[in-house]
Amino acid sequence: MYIEVKDAVKTFKQNSGEFTALDHVSLDIERGEFICLLGPSGCGKSTLLNAIAGFDKITEGSIKINGEEVTQPSIHNVTIFQNYGLLPWRSVLKNVELGLEAKKIPKEERREIAEKYIDLVGLSEFKNSHPNQLSGGMQQRVSIARALAVSPDIIFMDEPFGALDAITRMKLQDDILNISKQENKTIIFVTHDIEEAVFLADRIVVMTPNPGRIKSVVTVPLTHYRERTSEDFLLVRNKIFELFNMKPDDNIEYFI
Amino acid sequence: MKKLISIKNIIVSFAFIIVLWQIVFLTSDFNEALFPSPYQALQAFLEMIKDGSIFVHIGTSMYRFGAGYISAIVAAVLLGLVLGWFKGIFQYVNPLVQLLRPISPMAWMPFIVLWFGIGDTPAIVIIFIAAFFPVLLSTVSAVGGINPIYFKVSKNFGIKQPQIMWKVIFPAAFPQIANGIHLALGTAWIFLVAGEMVGAQSGLGYLIIDARNNLRADILLATIIVIGLIGLLLDTLLKWAEKKILKAWGGAL
Repeated sequence: MYIEVKDAVKTFKQNSGEFTALDHVSLDIERGEFICLLGPSGCGKSTLLNAIAGFDKITEGSIKINGEEVTQPSIHNVTIFQNYGLLPWRSVLKNVELGLEAKKIPKEERREIAEKYIDLVGLSEFKNSHPNQLSGGMQQRVSIARALAVSPDIIFMDEPFGALDAITRMKLQDDILNISKQENKTIIFVTHDIEEAVFLADRIVVMTPNPGRIKSVVTVPLTHYRERTSEDFLLVRNKIFELFNMKPDDNIEYFI
Repeated sequence: MKKLISIKNIIVSFAFIIVLWQIVFLTSDFNEALFPSPYQALQAFLEMIKDGSIFVHIGTSMYRFGAGYISAIVAAVLLGLVLGWFKGIFQYVNPLVQLLRPISPMAWMPFIVLWFGIGDTPAIVIIFIAAFFPVLLSTVSAVGGINPIYFKVSKNFGIKQPQIMWKVIFPAAFPQIANGIHLALGTAWIFLVAGEMVGAQSGLGYLIIDARNNLRADILLATIIVIGLIGLLLDTLLKWAEKKILKAWGGAL
């Protein structure tokens, strides 16, 4: 198994005792899978992501990537944040080069790689702009390009499109799905948007709060290119709605 | 257009104070030697330009100011970056800083003269003290206020010390540091004159004392105006530089 989360427990100290963010969570992820962690706020989905990415330590249990215990973040597994995390004093190009600098790649090669990925996310025209001159959607594209530039094995995405408007979000969902298949990356994607999860994921990990637990793991039996309005799509979506007990019982009679 | 309006504002406000000055001069019965008219001050100013003495004094003062101000900035920014990063150490340094900060640099003057003699050094030290604390504190608080996401990103991409200092911490804190440097300018300029009034035989502050000793109120006033104008000029320059910096930083703080 590529990523192995075993009995992960994460508790936070609060002024009135302890808060359990993750309660014995176990999860296996294969290489190349697109996994969505889905649930309402407080269900521990971001906590789980941060733990796998190495930003936070779990209280109990173990998390292994490729057989190795996760202890700290690594350049092989890049996280994309909701608020982009771009350095505002650097141009788009220099932002994308950031990770390559740490990898001690020579200057010309850096530029070449950066330009390739800026091109991939469709921002070639803006490579010399500063992040603040770009829209939210474009900034998130820059941070996707920056992540891809270091050719990571896993990309973690923590509600990456949460701050974007609905139409931009859908466009970026298309793009990230294409990129994930093209570049064959393992992606772990946190969201509270059911539709987003159904659109993107190979498997959806449905989580519930208080304490944070995995309720169910739903395999999405759809092809890579999904119609948001197709019948199959709606079927999967309904199934998730049911898991959250958000569908009214089907005993309503309809009159037309 | 905006620039023209602000130039108009400046001219009107300066003209107003000169007219007011002239009226007070005409209506009060101070001795002319104690309260010169704008015209007499102008004459004194032209006299100092003619014999070149004003330029020598300005040059000396600017040298001292530059030396004290720039060395204070370098020292305070470097120390501030380190203390901002090592918050634990700053907790011990901070009480000391808070104790020293409210002491007027002039209070150290007797010691400074005893240790460094008179000449350029006392004024430089006074300016150094005056500029050091505001820049230090604004640097520490700038580092403390850096958005934690920059550190998360650095950690993710494997950027460690010392690179993180000049690749992330310094640039992230820089707009706020620049603001502190700008604020320190005014304080430092004020203390230049004070420093030169006690420990120097040249410079604008010395010129004030010299004019007083010779009962040349006209020179005194002309010098005061020159000090104000240079202060205004320096402030405008720095304000302009700060704006440029913010722009280069993508307008972000």
